[in-house]
Amino acid sequence: MSAPLLVVDNLHIAYRGDKGDVTVVKDFSLTLGSAETYGLVGESGSGKSTAAFALLGYLAEGGRIVSGSIKVNGAEITTLDEEGLRRLRGGDIAMVYQEPASALNPVLTIGRQLVEARLAHRPGSKAQALADAADMLTKVSIGDVQAMLRRYPHQLSGGQAQRVVIAMALLAEPKLLVLDEPTTGLDATVEAGVVDLIGELARKIGMGLLYISHNLALVGRICERVGVMYAGRVVEEGSTRDIFGRPRHPYTQALIACRPAVTEGTASRRLTVIPGQPPAPGIHIEGCAFVPRCPHAVPGRCDQAAAIAVKTLAGNHFVRCARADDDLAIAAVASEAETRPLPGPEVIRIEHLSKAYLPRNAFGLARRVDLAQLPKANDDISLSVRQSEILSVVGESGSGKSTLARILIGLEEASEGRVLLLDQDVARRRAWRRPRSLLRALQMVFQNPDSTLNPSHKVGAIIGRAVKRLGQIQGRQAITARVDELLAQVQLPQSFVGKYPHELSGGQRQRVGIARAFAGEPDIIIADEPVSALDVSVQAAIVNLLLDMQREAGTTFVFISHDLALVRHISDRVVVMFGGRIMEIGRPAEIFAPPYHPYTEALLQAAREGRRKVPAFDPAPPPRTGCRYAGRCPRRIDGLCEIKEPPRQATPDGHVIFCHLSWEQFGAAQTFSEGD
Amino acid sequence: MRTILRRFSPSPSALIGVALIVAWGLVALLAPLIAPYDPSAIDFAAAADPHPSLAHWLGTDSSGRDILSRLIWGARTTFTVVPLAVVSAFAAGILLGVPAGYFGGWFDALVSRLSDVILAFPALIIYIILITALGPSLLNIIIAVTLAYAPGVSRIARGITLALREQDYVAAAQARGESSLYIMFAEILPNARGPLIVDLCLRAGYTVILTGTLGFLGLGLPPPTPDWGGMVVESAHLLPIAWHMAVFPCVAIASLVIGCNLLADGLRKEGLT
Repeated sequence: MSAPLLVVDNLHIAYRGDKGDVTVVKDFSLTLGSAETYGLVGESGSGKSTAAFALLGYLAEGGRIVSGSIKVNGAEITTLDEEGLRRLRGGDIAMVYQEPASALNPVLTIGRQLVEARLAHRPGSKAQALADAADMLTKVSIGDVQAMLRRYPHQLSGGQAQRVVIAMALLAEPKLLVLDEPTTGLDATVEAGVVDLIGELARKIGMGLLYISHNLALVGRICERVGVMYAGRVVEEGSTRDIFGRPRHPYTQALIACRPAVTEGTASRRLTVIPGQPPAPGIHIEGCAFVPRCPHAVPGRCDQAAAIAVKTLAGNHFVRCARADDDLAIAAVASEAETRPLPGPEVIRIEHLSKAYLPRNAFGLARRVDLAQLPKANDDISLSVRQSEILSVVGESGSGKSTLARILIGLEEASEGRVLLLDQDVARRRAWRRPRSLLRALQMVFQNPDSTLNPSHKVGAIIGRAVKRLGQIQGRQAITARVDELLAQVQLPQSFVGKYPHELSGGQRQRVGIARAFAGEPDIIIADEPVSALDVSVQAAIVNLLLDMQREAGTTFVFISHDLALVRHISDRVVVMFGGRIMEIGRPAEIFAPPYHPYTEALLQAAREGRRKVPAFDPAPPPRTGCRYAGRCPRRIDGLCEIKEPPRQATPDGHVIFCHLSWEQFGAAQTFSEGD
Repeated sequence: MRTILRRFSPSPSALIGVALIVAWGLVALLAPLIAPYDPSAIDFAAAADPHPSLAHWLGTDSSGRDILSRLIWGARTTFTVVPLAVVSAFAAGILLGVPAGYFGGWFDALVSRLSDVILAFPALIIYIILITALGPSLLNIIIAVTLAYAPGVSRIARGITLALREQDYVAAAQARGESSLYIMFAEILPNARGPLIVDLCLRAGYTVILTGTLGFLGLGLPPPTPDWGGMVVESAHLLPIAWHMAVFPCVAIASLVIGCNLLADGLRKEGLT
């Protein structure tokens, strides 16, 4: 191996706080050879992004490097001035950020921005730069390169924008590419494509890769080495094979265990959780910071300074654990077989539901148009949900799953069809026109922990208002008592009533949102991606909480998600949607094994680790006639699928597939995905 | 009080702004106690030599009235007219803008087009037309300021509402069957306060200038009410021989306007709202 590209030695980074300096990155060392791929994993607040940003000389205001050195190609960069850093950034090291949209200038064409990026780092003529830009776009799997060069950023999908940003970073021919959660906010199918693309490019071009993510599984797909960060320290580092095959640190073990696998079903729905929370930055913990949450911690041994000394295991595998040499069983939280309420009578019945957004004129009035001419967010959906059932709706963005939820909860009106909620038709009745009893019966848990709670209201007021509106409780004292009871149910301390949402972590906010939804003891809960914005270890706790509350009260659940592993784990039935239509309905065992719909198959492929070649990278808008998936379907029957509506094919036990292929052919589809 | 001070402490400009406004506010509040003379009392002896003296620290005007006392009482006028006018303009702007943003549709179209029409006129033209038509009085000045400022305020309120109504907590309130009134004013408005308060400080500054201008044009409150703008116009023609008569009221106006702007600036920069 050639001389290492990047050597970080004993880096300490601190931020100025109210009560003195807070060290957020401790004793960070990293050696990265050229063309090596390294994944840095950690929960939010673990210091992973701070460490990565420091490599480019970026530190937020108040931050400084306390000690340690960063050498790029042998040159120290901690002492560089602004001009030196500018040359470094984008030259030797390029970075791709979380939000692709904000990395592009909205008023310049893609072509112009790529040419600028190319010329800023390497001299050459404009024509040459343009040719290079086009060439690079081809490399990042953009189909129509010439059209893309003329487009503006707002005309791009999230996946396209991220690939353009990657192309821009690569145009400078960096020796090291740093990626900070580059696929957060992208659909699962798109995410799989982008991640695989990054891995392939790194191999092809031979550049170093530092990939930062909270998702261990994702990092494992493309990186040769993985480092796991906890509370500012790298607690374990090793080859991907060692980290996944023989994780030695209890934190790494727990991180791997708390994700359900998409490839297998399990007996219990409860997920393995890591108890407790990571320590707040600035709190000094003697010895190992994971001790308070560690099932294997030994007092007097793990809480000594020596506990975090680095131990070297076979195969360049490093771990900071006092018990690294002990054979620790992976902590499995007892998953007792649980009794689940049996599905009861039908509580939601949807018949031929369609939703189109009517165009409006200059005065804001809806224009009269033929519904058949409009694109539909929901198109002829028929579905029923029974009491105490957990029904999952999966599909990528634009599949219409969120629109369906909004119609059910009464934020939108349906254009056509019937929606029976406890035998009352609510298709054209928005929430404010529904009787109190129906409002109480159906409540929702929202996706985004940052916007689910009103930042101006205290937690007590937020839950109290829901209790007052939806619970059959009168009187201030009774309401306060009920708020306390709900907080206890979502495992938050009573003192939280006086806190504002910004004082809470994402997981805590989501708990408050759950308490609010359960305030009126609803019959049905709609959960729209309730955990997708949370850290992996927090996700498990929130899912368990939802499942416990669902089981105790026999609540019906409509769970909207793109996380197939989670869906497989918790659902009674699964609905797969695409382009506003239902593609497949069935029990998890039926959905996750052949025979399945070609679209379900593509989704599963994207979710499974190691499977590449996700078909159809650039989703075209679904056609208005025939099968909505025909445009992307690798098994399309030309002259049939894009013209004629697919027939409904069903088994006696309720497995439904809408497709022109015959039932026998669904099984055959499996063979082509194995040839990869 | 200490917590308020601590909130402002990172922003010196906001602190200076608050100090200026509070100082003038105290002067207005305590006018009867601290003014050395009756603002309308005429000192014939001093009129002969109006320049600052021990008896009249800032001198007297051409009629022999004590300028310091008139400034102190004039603060009272300013601190009556400006808050009333600005609060009224904000009430009208918010009452129009928040529903326009929340409901959209024809109401939004109507409010927005009406705003466009009013904003097409320079504010001063609106004041002059209205005050000359209705006559100068406290109520009419308030009406004029409201009419001129409400469209701008309603645009800001509408824009923020448009963004906030897509938040999940608004959807949660809708799903609880809350009334539109509750959602607009209990869920949305409290989160729009930041930009609105900054705008309020700025517009308060403009309104100080405006009342001064109206006084200068002879459209201010009728004499003998002490009025900073009126004081300037009464003595402008004497500027070459008695500079102090016009300069001191100008300094008063300027210091209060600067106070408002510094506060607005500090609040905006530090995000203290």
